[in-house]
Amino acid sequence: MAISLKLNGETHSVDAEPGTPLLWVIRDELKLTGTKFGCGVASCGACTVHMDGEPVRSCQTFIEDVEGAEITTIEKMEEDKVGAAVQQAWRELDVVQCGYCQSGQIMSAVGLLRENATPSAEEVDEYMYGNACRCATYQRIRAGVLRASEILEA
Amino acid sequence: MTTNLSRRGFLKSAAAVTAVLYVGATPDGAAAASSSEAMLNPFVKIDSNGQIIAIIKHFEKGQGPATGLSTLIAEELGVTMDQIGYEFAPSNPEVYNNLFFGPFQGTGGSTAMANSWMQYRTAGANAREMLIKAAAKAWEVDASGLDIQGGLIIGNGKSSPLGDFVAAAAQIAPSETPRLREASEWKIIGNESTRRLDSPIKVNGQAKFGMDVHLPNQMVVMIKRTPQRGGLVAGFDDSAAKDVKGYIMAMPLPTNHGVAVYADNTWAAMQARNAIDVEWDMSAAETRSSVEIRDEVMAALEAAPVYNVNQADRTGIAGAVDSAASLVEKTFYFPLLAHAPMEPMNCTIEQTAEGDIVLHDGAQMPTGPHMAYQQIFQLPPEKIHIKTMLAGGSFGRRATPDADYQVEAALAFVDTDRTRPVKLVWDREDDIRGGYYRPATGHKVRVGLDTDGNITAWEHQVAGQSIMKGTAFEAFSVKDGVDHSTVEGLADSPYAIPNMAVGLTDTEKATSVLWWRSVGHTHTAYVMEVMMDMAAKAAGRDPVAFRLAYLTGSKDADRKAAVLKLAAEKGNWGAPAAGNVQGIAVHKSFGSFVAEVVEVSGTPVDGIQIEKVTAAVDCGIAVNPDVIRAQTEGAIGYGIGHAMRDQITLDGGAVEQSNFPDYEPLRISDIKAIETHIMPSAEAPTGIGEPGTPPSAPALANAIAQLDVQVAELPMSENGVSFA
Repeated sequence: MAISLKLNGETHSVDAEPGTPLLWVIRDELKLTGTKFGCGVASCGACTVHMDGEPVRSCQTFIEDVEGAEITTIEKMEEDKVGAAVQQAWRELDVVQCGYCQSGQIMSAVGLLRENATPSAEEVDEYMYGNACRCATYQRIRAGVLRASEILEA
Repeated sequence: MTTNLSRRGFLKSAAAVTAVLYVGATPDGAAAASSSEAMLNPFVKIDSNGQIIAIIKHFEKGQGPATGLSTLIAEELGVTMDQIGYEFAPSNPEVYNNLFFGPFQGTGGSTAMANSWMQYRTAGANAREMLIKAAAKAWEVDASGLDIQGGLIIGNGKSSPLGDFVAAAAQIAPSETPRLREASEWKIIGNESTRRLDSPIKVNGQAKFGMDVHLPNQMVVMIKRTPQRGGLVAGFDDSAAKDVKGYIMAMPLPTNHGVAVYADNTWAAMQARNAIDVEWDMSAAETRSSVEIRDEVMAALEAAPVYNVNQADRTGIAGAVDSAASLVEKTFYFPLLAHAPMEPMNCTIEQTAEGDIVLHDGAQMPTGPHMAYQQIFQLPPEKIHIKTMLAGGSFGRRATPDADYQVEAALAFVDTDRTRPVKLVWDREDDIRGGYYRPATGHKVRVGLDTDGNITAWEHQVAGQSIMKGTAFEAFSVKDGVDHSTVEGLADSPYAIPNMAVGLTDTEKATSVLWWRSVGHTHTAYVMEVMMDMAAKAAGRDPVAFRLAYLTGSKDADRKAAVLKLAAEKGNWGAPAAGNVQGIAVHKSFGSFVAEVVEVSGTPVDGIQIEKVTAAVDCGIAVNPDVIRAQTEGAIGYGIGHAMRDQITLDGGAVEQSNFPDYEPLRISDIKAIETHIMPSAEAPTGIGEPGTPPSAPALANAIAQLDVQVAELPMSENGVSFA
């Protein structure tokens, strides 16, 4: 079936069956590969995108449920004030190692900072709990969120 | 930029120059590969805009070689890190082999920096000297008065960008012994402010991993695998799959180890695979359970060992232990573990119009699939090309001796008409259940102490599944029957332990086993360091002081002692925060020395919280200090996360875990803080990808032992410890 998908400010008509995860439409149909496949069961957060500004796991968000919603991916974060601050912090602290989970980490971090501009370390841990990083870059993720908060407050 | 034609030109010139540098043949000159870019040697390329490219022979799975090897080139050449870029080398073991692996291109054993250190510095220095000679000739001045600084050739009152002299420099023969810059001249090596070259593309979604390859008209293939390893396809029914939009076809792999399911995209492949019914011939399949595997290991520990690893007087040492004033003994067991890198295995294979085969892969050991593909496609090596993509982690998984997933992709491609590229995709369930685990291993140790609490004898028995035996790497690690990778870190430890006997018995391989970040050290360090703590306790001595007594008499012992003391000092050893307890461990692996203090709060009943890990690292010269810290942080997390709560178990031969909900990764809140201190050193660089892992789990165990729970079987969560 044809579905109208609003993604990163543009409207796309995509042909996908109901039940198709948003993740695979973004990656395979629209060829935006910054959003990653890690587990397929919403257990790692590598596929995190924003739906109307809120982080969601795109592997468990189905195409029929996103019609009319505004979907934003990592590729658009440079143009977002909070996104750009998080990316700057990530570069300053060299948070990444393999980098495969980091799109999802950044999308979640942006969600947190929009909700809470000055989180504590404990609040970062609580919010980011569902984003796995097998390289275990966690302490830089924590520091990166706190640094992004500083950048935004300045 | 790179067509197949220029790639071959590049390979040819690269091979010619390598012969000059490393074999000493007569140079024909390092000819430019094309008009737009010049290879000064196999590791340095400069384009007409003066953009300098370091050619990286090691794949990047996050451990930092893209930045590290570029650092060496930039330092010697005389350019800044924002003036240099990087590309991954093509598969060519004559030019890009790991110098520690022989004629084999690959990454592993924490060797990327160690084996490249002199090679890449020499390449950078040669490029500098060639450019300077070209400028000196043009300027009609003596080359000795010129240098390259900040990307400019300077001297004699003149200054010029490198690009102006690249073409002339490429005609100059490289020296076998170019002048390397003195440590006192270094501006980038050891510089704290150097950032990773791959950070920008990894924070904006532009980084391309193997999983991100989309070739025109490609098919996605997923494999329906046997539930128990060793099962074979007896037949299948894909009638239900035909209703899946995008499903193309299914056929058994030529080996019958699974059914390859072809579809137009990933989601269709996943759905079609679910819809296919396969009849399996399980007559040769693994049927044992984890309990049986553990029983076999434990029984082997009670029998006389097959191998006397360090040619010890076993009878005499057993007698010395028996007659010691006091005895400390413990039996340990370590379960199978999956690597579970974030990016599940995948690769993409295509055939060019010329009939060449191209593999797009986060290739850890390109020579493996390169050799396998020669057989599968009946092609000479120059008709096979490997394009190395970024890899989303590995921890050892991508380096299988049988090139497992690359071969799987080739088998799924070879019998098609080859007009459509094949992208093989594993999902997380394939990854967790698909084999290649850290071996299940047991240790039994008996340590004798005299009345003063000194060690008099140490009897140590190991039983486990050999990683190397029966593989292409057997000759690399197995000597006189002993697979060193099962016992590394015991008899060869820098501890000066008197009367030590190490015995080994191989047990049957339950499933395919593989190196897992730090290989044998994952269990040997645990056993050594827990035993050291238990012996110190029995002797009534402080664990640090007790260890230091055995760290004498060799340079390695001195270096190990130094990191132990540094970690103790920086980690406030002996003075934890109120209500906390500490544990410590130290280990040498891959040429590097790491000590860690773990401080925890809580109790094993109510939940342990890891408050802080303080690490001290000696890995020789710290090329990129911040990368070293990052690798240490990650290695600690990897070691501790699995020790806390992970294991792979089999029930009737089938793996019981399937995905992250039941193979739970370390999470952000599990460790509140990690602090890494780097020991200043003038020694050549050694490994850092793995050495932070071995001491992490025993340091945690030693902390928890302060709360009267001595964990000798992992994971801790299944053996008396709950976590907050």
